[in-house]
Amino acid sequence: MKTVSLTINGIVVKAPQGFSILEAARSAGIYIPTLCYHPDLVPEGACRMCIVEGSGAKTLVASCMYPVEEGMIVKTNTAKVREARRMVIELLLANHPKNCLTCRKNGDCELQTMAADMGVRTHRFDWGERKIHTFDASNPCLVRDQEKCILCGRCIRVCRDIQQMNVYSFANRGFNSIVSTAFEQDLSKVACTYCGQCASLCPTGAIVEKDDTERVWEAINDPGKVVVVQVAPSVRVALGEEMGMEAGSIVTGKMVAALRNLGFDKVFDTNFSADLTIMEEGYEFLDRLTKGGVLPMITSCSPGWVNMCELKYPDLLNHLSTAKSPQGMFGTVIKTYFAHQAEIDPAHIVSVSVMPCTAKKAECVRPQLRDSGYQDVDIVITTRELGRMLREAGIDFRSIRSVDFDSPLGYGTGAGAIFGSSGGVMEAALRTVADIVTGQDLWDIEYTEVRGLDRTKEAQIQMGDKEIRIAVCNSLGAAQKMMDRVRNGTASYHFIEIMACPGGCIGGGGQPVPTNMDIKKKRAEALYKIDEYSQFRKSHENPDIKTIYKEWLEQPLSKKSHQYLHTTYGRQKR
Amino acid sequence: MMITAEKLKEMQDVYKTAVSLRLEKNDRNEQPTVFDVLICGGTGCKSSGSKEIQRQLEYELAARGMLDKVHVVQTGCHGFCENGPLMIIYPGQFFYCRVKPDDAGEIVESHLCNGRPVERLLYYDPVDGKPALTAADVSFYKKQKRIVLEHCGRIDPEKIEEYIAVGGYAALVKALTEMTQDKVIEEVIDSGLRGRGGAGFPTGKKWSFAKNAESDKKYIICNADEGDPGAFMDRSVLEGDPHRVLEGMAIAAYAIGADEGYIYVRAEYPLAVQRLKIAIQQAEERGFLGKNIFGSGKDIMLHIKEGAGAFVCGEETALIASIEGRRGMPRPRPPFPANEGLWGKPTNNNNVETYANVAQIINKGAAWYRHFGTAESPGTKVFALTGKINHTGLAEVPMGITMREIIYDIGGGILDGKKFKAVQIGGPSGACLPEELLDLPVTYDSLTEVGAMMGSGGLVVMDETTCMVDVAKFFINFTQSESCGQCTPCREGTKRMLEILTRITEGGGSESDLELLEILARNIKQASLCGLGQTAPNPVLSTIKYFRDEYEAHIKEKHCPAGACESLASYIITDACKGCGLCARNCPVHVITGKVKEKHCIDQERCIKCGTCYTNCPFDAIIKE
Repeated sequence: MKTVSLTINGIVVKAPQGFSILEAARSAGIYIPTLCYHPDLVPEGACRMCIVEGSGAKTLVASCMYPVEEGMIVKTNTAKVREARRMVIELLLANHPKNCLTCRKNGDCELQTMAADMGVRTHRFDWGERKIHTFDASNPCLVRDQEKCILCGRCIRVCRDIQQMNVYSFANRGFNSIVSTAFEQDLSKVACTYCGQCASLCPTGAIVEKDDTERVWEAINDPGKVVVVQVAPSVRVALGEEMGMEAGSIVTGKMVAALRNLGFDKVFDTNFSADLTIMEEGYEFLDRLTKGGVLPMITSCSPGWVNMCELKYPDLLNHLSTAKSPQGMFGTVIKTYFAHQAEIDPAHIVSVSVMPCTAKKAECVRPQLRDSGYQDVDIVITTRELGRMLREAGIDFRSIRSVDFDSPLGYGTGAGAIFGSSGGVMEAALRTVADIVTGQDLWDIEYTEVRGLDRTKEAQIQMGDKEIRIAVCNSLGAAQKMMDRVRNGTASYHFIEIMACPGGCIGGGGQPVPTNMDIKKKRAEALYKIDEYSQFRKSHENPDIKTIYKEWLEQPLSKKSHQYLHTTYGRQKR
Repeated sequence: MMITAEKLKEMQDVYKTAVSLRLEKNDRNEQPTVFDVLICGGTGCKSSGSKEIQRQLEYELAARGMLDKVHVVQTGCHGFCENGPLMIIYPGQFFYCRVKPDDAGEIVESHLCNGRPVERLLYYDPVDGKPALTAADVSFYKKQKRIVLEHCGRIDPEKIEEYIAVGGYAALVKALTEMTQDKVIEEVIDSGLRGRGGAGFPTGKKWSFAKNAESDKKYIICNADEGDPGAFMDRSVLEGDPHRVLEGMAIAAYAIGADEGYIYVRAEYPLAVQRLKIAIQQAEERGFLGKNIFGSGKDIMLHIKEGAGAFVCGEETALIASIEGRRGMPRPRPPFPANEGLWGKPTNNNNVETYANVAQIINKGAAWYRHFGTAESPGTKVFALTGKINHTGLAEVPMGITMREIIYDIGGGILDGKKFKAVQIGGPSGACLPEELLDLPVTYDSLTEVGAMMGSGGLVVMDETTCMVDVAKFFINFTQSESCGQCTPCREGTKRMLEILTRITEGGGSESDLELLEILARNIKQASLCGLGQTAPNPVLSTIKYFRDEYEAHIKEKHCPAGACESLASYIITDACKGCGLCARNCPVHVITGKVKEKHCIDQERCIKCGTCYTNCPFDAIIKE
């Protein structure tokens, strides 16, 4: 690739042609502040924080979009630039609530950080009008507070360009400009899948997950309740970030210890029910494959994806695996099998799950997920919410000693662990299915072709005399392209894994912020490391799985399995 | 069929007879037997009833069996809108103004039957009181040089035959058959034509960028999203001479290698849209547009895209987004549309008036074009004169003419003999120029030097009763409500400027406000994303620069020198008061007191400045200060 050389703040920088000034500067270690820019999104140059002086331009230019040119001279910190940046911040603050100290994003807010970094010390416009909006808390997952919106458009871009759900758009003009859903309806009235990508990219507190931590505290403090928690695979490789650790830190044991410390009576591992999912889903796949069932079969673990399918592809719902998600399965198991074993009245159990996901909050209230006779999972909190609880409880995360999950139901294999990354469910399923099809205990179990953060991956897998064609999609944009092919008959796969969030659960809408593809990559690597060092790496080899089938379920796809571990889907009309 | 210049000439000769009366010099001494009656069908005249005049005229003619002798033509705008509906009768070019349907009978009887012009319908010069018999005698037209508006008001815009008859499409045929793409671009570069939409970028240079961009597909766009308050020249050109714009676009398309184009026109211009549709259809039928034009192998397909009323869609990248079906929001440049425009393809975008200049440049050459205007700003410019001026209307003048000539010689001076205060040029991106700049020659560069810009050519004339702070507030209010909302400085900054200006006009301004306005303006200009934001503070900066004393009067003395800011006005009852008590009875807050038949008094502290007493006093005894 052709490189150009330019001068930034007197330093000669070489950058590939097509790089923006911002990219060139950052690659040379020169920091330019940004607000609307996000490395995972197409830049729009709207907020004007990243403005710089560039030779040849009459006005200041947005460095996130201005392409580098040979011989260009760029200055990023002149008096003119600094005055304009401060003005941008001051103008944003003038139209922003001043309740930072009690804001959910206090400490995580990019606007707050920018104001501090840019040295804004005055409110010259605090006499001005401030926009007034109503709060949207209409759904179980996300809360929108438009008064905190700075119109950076990240939510619009992630929903439009990556998720392709187009829930948000700019509306109105001038000071009345807003980020709006169709006809300014509540999120619950439009085709929002609650994937929460908007919340994970929102620089301020304008879109946040609905906070359910108070309900958890209440349950813990209620002596009449047995409070049980399950933790999703991808939480253990992200929670460290909430506690000030490096991205990709594996904190499984610390996390379990911290949860006990918070007062949970039992701490279980969703990796276990991920293994259970593989058993049911794997056998379901084989069943469909051999008995001429509907193919391609598509995974159903990701509630954002299930919502999207119910909203936009209701005619294709029979492609979805009827197996519940790992959260859903565990929910039933806890209030039936576990309650029975532990001789606890399920009415006294409060089942909590810690998820990387905002859509799980909506999944747990699905009317279909009450097979225990109660709502199977009572409260879902995200990784971010758990982080807040741990900080509030003053848990010294760095020094807390690692402990194991409760047993039984506390052991998950490496196959369960990799559920948290795009391709992981597929790989876990293949490990089990391949053993069943070939009748062997295969050694070669790493299906690297389905790993990685590409949005769509595909492969052909030889299993004995059978060739299985598979595809893996992450992000709802990639999912829609795939589903259009399924609909028009050009997706000749047997099995497809779809995850709503870019990168899979490690990139979930409830994961720590800030986030970007580099961080997600580190989280994914950590999951594969957990898998690599696991004693058991195939779901069907999980001793706890063997036990539960022996003691209760009999075998995959048994009548009991169908009763407790499978579910139904239906068209969502909004 | 391969068209040649000769074949076009043959067509022209055939159609010429239909317009011959309008083209030839006539001998006034002989009573003519056939007439062309041209009735203005521009939006202005149409809304004051020109269609009814036409109907009535045709009725009167039919009643006398004269329909075969009198050719009634509905034309585009004549420009002198103030005096509409306008009618011109050939031979003789008799100019009638403020015609009413009831006048039709007299016009037919007196003028057409008996050769006696209807004197009461002639235009009488406000200065010397003398009637003008022909259009050429009207002072409004005397200093004009009509290149763009050449045929506006002279031909029927809905008949391609009339356009061909007056020489139309000769330039397109010449370009396609005799000139290479580079030659066309060279001619336009040599002519010095600059974009008439605002910033004045050299047109030929712009074309060369699009031509040099490598692509399998290119587009041409005509920006007819005329949005400046008071500007209506593009509308008039589209309504009066649509083929001229199509011809210019087709030539540009050929020059850059585009085969498809869009005219982005405001949906609020229904007549322009309708006439464009007719024109495109007729041009396609005749082979001037469409597939394989005259066997040249070149396609030029033109479409109309109606805008939904957003001012910002006049900004080219927003306009392109809008054509693509997205919300009309600008994006940073580069890449420029010449490289990545509509659907990501190289695109040339000029405005209506720019394209309307092209045919003449190709026909008569760059050297001819440079006879008009100045070296840096050659050619003419169409201005829309509005505001407190006698002759509201459209005037096309050579560049380099002074503002004084436009306002006084063409515009007929200030309404009601009041004193000139300022002229606003360039719309919301422009500036208010004071009296001391009236002798400034009007060119792109001279205007930029004084902090204004040509803009699309709207001229709003203001007299002594206009408050300049109020004017600045008006324009900032306009840009604030039309800001796309995307970038912070424009969206939030203009709002704060508006709030400051509002409080100054309401008497709440402080001395630091002027400095704050200037700081805001400086940063909005520097940091905004597109031209709208980058120029939005101009009306404020120019009024602070040239009318600072007025700002200071508002701030320090809580006084509006022009008496326009209601909140700062005080109503005072003078000795002319007869004590009738009407004001006291009308006062909604009951703060006027006085005995019957004695002078009344207003409690200034409690007065809400509603002005009811002032407007209703039968003796004009109340004054506003």
